[in-house]
Amino acid sequence: MEAWSRFLDAFFKPELIERYFPAIMKGVVVTIEVAAAVVATGIALGLLLAVARSFRVLPASALIVVFADVFRALPPLVLVLLVYFGLPNVGINLPSFAVLWLVLSLVLAAFAEEIFWAGILSVPKGQWEAARSTGLNFVATLTYVVLPQALRLTVPPITNRTVAITKNTALGTVIGVGEILNQATTAQSFAGNATPLMMGAVAYVILFIPVVALGRFLETRFQWRRA
Amino acid sequence: MTAGQPPILEIRGLRKSFNHVEVLRGIDLAVFPQQLVFIIGPSGSGKSTLLRCCNRLEEPTAGTIRVDGVDVMARSTDINVVRRRIGMVFQSFNLYPHMTALGNVMLALRKVLRRPRAEAQKLALAALDRVGLSAKARSFPAELSGGQQQRVAIARALALEPKVMLFDEPTSALDPELVGSVLNVMRGLKRGGMTMLVVSHEMRFARDAADRVIFMDHGVIVEEGPPEQMFSRPCETRTRAFIAELAR
Amino acid sequence: MEALLQQFFNLAIMERALPLVLMGLRQTIVLCLVVVPLGLAGGLGFALLSRSRSRPLRWAAVVGIDFFRAMPPLVLLIFVYSGLPFAGIRPSPITAVAIAFFLNTSSYYGEIYRAGIESVGAGQWDAARSTGLKGSQALVYVVLPQAIRNVLPDLVSNTVEVVKLTSIASVVALPELLYSADMARSVTFNSSPIVLAAAIYLAMLWPAVRLVSRLERRIAT
Repeated sequence: MEAWSRFLDAFFKPELIERYFPAIMKGVVVTIEVAAAVVATGIALGLLLAVARSFRVLPASALIVVFADVFRALPPLVLVLLVYFGLPNVGINLPSFAVLWLVLSLVLAAFAEEIFWAGILSVPKGQWEAARSTGLNFVATLTYVVLPQALRLTVPPITNRTVAITKNTALGTVIGVGEILNQATTAQSFAGNATPLMMGAVAYVILFIPVVALGRFLETRFQWRRA
Repeated sequence: MTAGQPPILEIRGLRKSFNHVEVLRGIDLAVFPQQLVFIIGPSGSGKSTLLRCCNRLEEPTAGTIRVDGVDVMARSTDINVVRRRIGMVFQSFNLYPHMTALGNVMLALRKVLRRPRAEAQKLALAALDRVGLSAKARSFPAELSGGQQQRVAIARALALEPKVMLFDEPTSALDPELVGSVLNVMRGLKRGGMTMLVVSHEMRFARDAADRVIFMDHGVIVEEGPPEQMFSRPCETRTRAFIAELAR
Repeated sequence: MEALLQQFFNLAIMERALPLVLMGLRQTIVLCLVVVPLGLAGGLGFALLSRSRSRPLRWAAVVGIDFFRAMPPLVLLIFVYSGLPFAGIRPSPITAVAIAFFLNTSSYYGEIYRAGIESVGAGQWDAARSTGLKGSQALVYVVLPQAIRNVLPDLVSNTVEVVKLTSIASVVALPELLYSADMARSVTFNSSPIVLAAAIYLAMLWPAVRLVSRLERRIAT
């Protein structure tokens, strides 16, 4: 029992839970804010790029492919440090929150573009032909016939990727964004106790397990009924 | 029948190559109003390609195509406008799986002809009625048999009131017992005065309904004539061989 | 423009930083060679456990997979590195990284294996069992090969993620590629070393990323 009470004391000290609860909650709010902003801009940009690619203008498509490849191959932390330390030296001063949001949005956009593009490609050519042969132009065909079918296929991989990237909000710690991990480690060094850290871990789990479960649910729900 | 009227579809010197393989080698063809022209020929003869050139799903390499007097290939021609005048029915139906039968027929009415919703719905239901499927208006393609799906596809093309309808092997993907329903719809269209260009293997249908039968082989028109002549007394040996092969 | 080149593409500084950065690269490669096989094996374990006949084991596997997929890897790493000492366990940076990565990557690979096994039609099991093969034999000879082929793009793409993940080890001062580059940055006040590290990551991972795209497209069509 000695070891157990020591364990509880190190990770679950009640006074510390009470004292640092507000700070952790503040972190939760920041985490949610960054994540929401990243999801909104990342997916919108990704969709835009995939649609742009469908116009098959070679130079534009090539640029999009390069963008998608680079931002999928580079570790997000590398990009964060690059932007955070590099930009001020060329005169652009962004707050940490903005740096984190910018980097993660671009990374999500890169993955989202590839997923949306694969979805668009997987719509059978006959669908394009049928729509075009009734006089629908390219944009109308894309909007009413192709994208609705393409997007349905993309829901599972998009949710998966979105969850993975929003977890990267924890990287904000490294550049001082006040999200959960940052609050937890700061509190931990003040308190000399791992309880705040445990609180942070618990907060993440509470935040993300429902999202992971939702992702799994969406995956089964969106099995497409082929004609 | 159509004496004196200009052709609805006029093809001159049509050539099409895919990667240096010449699939169409100079086709001259005229389809007059209310005619049903039937195209037969072995696979690879270019029949489908010919059809797909008419509404520029394939880009011709040379030659001219005029639909209702409009040069399809001209730079000044808006292909989307031309395509409203040409109805196309595909072998694999190509219905939009995420829309009901009604939705499939209504889409072009709303987005191309820009009809308001209520009017588009009325027109769409009328088209579905003409193919005998108004009861299935709210069904999704996945819930319909192959024959029903193809009939919806016909309604979808019909709803835009095209000047000519192109049929690319409309019954080849259907189970035998479903073929009849589609052919009956096509017979009905013919009776209603629609101009039709049909690529198919359905010989009996051609005998009953076609005004002219065209035999194509290796990218050229070998022979053409009225069905009785083509099926019983064809002039060319190649034609005779093909017909005999089919009759077996 | 000039300032941009100076700050990010200063070749002289890159040259000076190169030896340090290359040492970091070696550490990264070692880390990958340890973590990827561990994760692949652990993932297979997780996946097999999730199909076990015993309900508590199945439950534990699924909970484990979801738990470690929900936890951001950096949080797990910090917890293992800074938190465990309070319980008396003092892991070295590399041990902490190995533990955290093992837990994290196993759960991701596990989920991929699980989906792969599920994607193999029941008919395959039936066929194998009906020729007398035991469950484990059916798994090894019939189902797993197909499962792995079905999820190959996901396996490759996840491995790319793991290689990228090694960069967070820099936060606990493990001298891998990013840490070394960042060290060079703080000494020179110039971001070019990080650009150098980025170039190295690109060289390592761009081909894999292209491969994943191609594999995904082949499966979709």
